[in-house]
Amino acid sequence: MMSEFLNMGGYAAYVWPSYGLAAVVLWLNWYLPRRQHEQLLLRLKRQHRDTGEQKHDPRS
Amino acid sequence: MFLWFHKLGSPPHFYRIAGRWIPWLLAIFAVLLLSGLYGGLFVAPPDYQQGESYRIIFIHVPSAWMSLFIYVVMAFCGVVVLVWRMKLAEVVLISSAPIGASFTFLALATGSLWGKPMWGTWWVWDARLTSELILLFLYLGVIGLHNAIDDKRIASRAVAILAIVGVVNIPIIHYSVEWWHSLHQGPTVTKFDKPSIHLSMLIPLLLMALAFKVYYVLTLFQSSRAELLKRERNSKWVEELSRGQ
Repeated sequence: MMSEFLNMGGYAAYVWPSYGLAAVVLWLNWYLPRRQHEQLLLRLKRQHRDTGEQKHDPRS
Repeated sequence: MFLWFHKLGSPPHFYRIAGRWIPWLLAIFAVLLLSGLYGGLFVAPPDYQQGESYRIIFIHVPSAWMSLFIYVVMAFCGVVVLVWRMKLAEVVLISSAPIGASFTFLALATGSLWGKPMWGTWWVWDARLTSELILLFLYLGVIGLHNAIDDKRIASRAVAILAIVGVVNIPIIHYSVEWWHSLHQGPTVTKFDKPSIHLSMLIPLLLMALAFKVYYVLTLFQSSRAELLKRERNSKWVEELSRGQ
């Protein structure tokens, strides 16, 4: 039953890569901005701690 | 209504609201996705012509719909950027581009994986496939142009123009299967008379389409928040945010 399902009537080589590819692409679109956001927040926090009362980002 | 819109347009407000919505959107997405997958992979019967291979439709068609939808959203944001110079529209425009490009890529790749067993070829240069490929290049063009210009306010205006010009491609993609003879099958769902698709297939298809739409909003919120922080890193609210936590 299970192997029959996985076999997809002989089209397994086309059906499962489609689903797998979608899973990878959707996951990346979710994960990468999330990581970027967290790193940015961390950097900003560190920056504000280090510069104390200094108001602006010295690099800009 | 206008006040609400105006308030939502302010970066710190949007940042907060979006952050609050993300867990809910994630939950809704998970429910829609799981029920769509269940309906598509377990409940729906095999197609009488295409056997099990047609199950690619549950990824392919929603992806293709999203690839068009997101581009229209971007073009709309482009108009708002050019006319009202609204910061949030700039952020939504550029944050949408990678998601749109991803869905376009998925539509092309899964179409290819479906075309091989059904048409006997991975690719043909017909109207539908070619115009969808041009859409992918438009998305990549938007991303590239935005990266190439350092001043993000100027970059946003350039990208807005590109997004608006490129929108002519959208009706071309949609009607390509009717205007030109194509290997690609005609529409089965968006016909004015009864859709030529059985309910047991239509319901999971619509569930997946809805799931992808929620996913778009979800990831858009996620990446818009990152983009907002990046752009507004010298502003008062970002400073307060990073001190406060």
